[in-house]
Amino acid sequence: MKKEFKVTPIQNGTVIDHITEGMALKVLKILHITGTGKSIVSVAMNVPSEKCEMKDIVKVEDRELEPRELDKIALIAPNATVSFIRDMEIVKKHRVNLPDMVDGILRCSNPNCISNKSEPVEYKAVVTNRDPLTLKCYYCDREQEDVVGNII
Amino acid sequence: MNFKSRNIVSIWDFTKDEVEFILDSAEEMVPIARGEETNTALSGKILATLFYEPSTRTRFSFESAMKRLGGSTVGFADPSGTSFKKGETLADTIKMVDAYSDVIVLRHPQEGSARLAAEFSSKPVINAGDGAGQHPTQTLLDLFTIRQAKGKIEGNKIVFVGDLKYGRTVHSLAYALSMFGPELNFVAPETLQMPKEVVEHVTACDTKVCSGNKLEDFINDADVVYVTRIQKERFPDEAEYQKVAHIYQIKNTLLQNVKDDLIIMHPLPRVDEIAPEVDKTPHARYFEQAFNGIPVRMALLKLVLGVS
Repeated sequence: MKKEFKVTPIQNGTVIDHITEGMALKVLKILHITGTGKSIVSVAMNVPSEKCEMKDIVKVEDRELEPRELDKIALIAPNATVSFIRDMEIVKKHRVNLPDMVDGILRCSNPNCISNKSEPVEYKAVVTNRDPLTLKCYYCDREQEDVVGNII
Repeated sequence: MNFKSRNIVSIWDFTKDEVEFILDSAEEMVPIARGEETNTALSGKILATLFYEPSTRTRFSFESAMKRLGGSTVGFADPSGTSFKKGETLADTIKMVDAYSDVIVLRHPQEGSARLAAEFSSKPVINAGDGAGQHPTQTLLDLFTIRQAKGKIEGNKIVFVGDLKYGRTVHSLAYALSMFGPELNFVAPETLQMPKEVVEHVTACDTKVCSGNKLEDFINDADVVYVTRIQKERFPDEAEYQKVAHIYQIKNTLLQNVKDDLIIMHPLPRVDEIAPEVDKTPHARYFEQAFNGIPVRMALLKLVLGVS
């Protein structure tokens, strides 16, 4: 039987697989993929999966994303895997690994934090626990609420 | 132990040994703070005091501490006459003040402001209160007062009473005390109890914790009672405030069966939590506590400026 692909394989680029269902658009936001570049970006949401019930997938053609940037998506998709594709072959696999300090992609959930005012700083948060994920604002020390909702 | 150029932003930045070292250094400062001895260790040094919010004790005691050690101060107690009103960022103000002084003390309404200031300053920054966040020098002077009165911090039964939910001093002090292992009792109305994360943290540090809402159930066994004001400005409406306002009032009648060496502390200002008649009892320590801000801040200024 001919295998049917919901999202077709790519020649060159980056495939982010096993994204927590419903989080693909947030992943694009974290990676600053806005669709204004030249790369073809494919997004599949709520795809049936063997590992988990449902997953999202993002494919970015002709662009290999930086592993350090990709690690930030572990904030919302801790089980995501990243494959780098060249000539339709996987040349490298990377499992996202959340760094100890997350910067620039969130705003502090404390509205009275100085990082939410007009100061020339990027928000920084310290990862205090990985499972379940807890973050503490580097500036105000507050534990962060609603991490997904506070992605910039 | 080297504190030279170190920022004093949060009590969480210190180990127990470091806290004890600071308290020991503060002990040596007491005769100078009282004016019984003179000292010019910080002669030629300038302290910048940036107070974006009102302060009486903290600002005065920092200025007094600097001057008792022969240093001088520049700064403001009200930002209305500064570039803040013109929209200058804190970062820019700090970069400018960095060039005008040797050490910076900052009180600011936004949480995290001291940590941000420290990023933009090459000189040590001391947090004198950042919104509802940290006020580490208050915590250190509270610890100093307990140790001074009791000889040690560990082994005491310490009762916190009043607004334990919003009061920043009680959160920081509870965290700091958990390094030393006293028993902590939290007395507050249900709506103003100590936040869960503070209770979880101190419990995880093997600190014995009891909570309740009647001071009478705890005060007779207590070694220290730490009283805080119920802050009207924290309540969304007047009716909610009135339900808990004036709920705890320490009067002499309440002190009839307490331990002889019980001490009563308060970060001040008080409203009616402690009746003036208590001031004359041997239990009252809050004015001594306020004075202790001077030796503790003297010690910190010397340490961060690397002056022995």
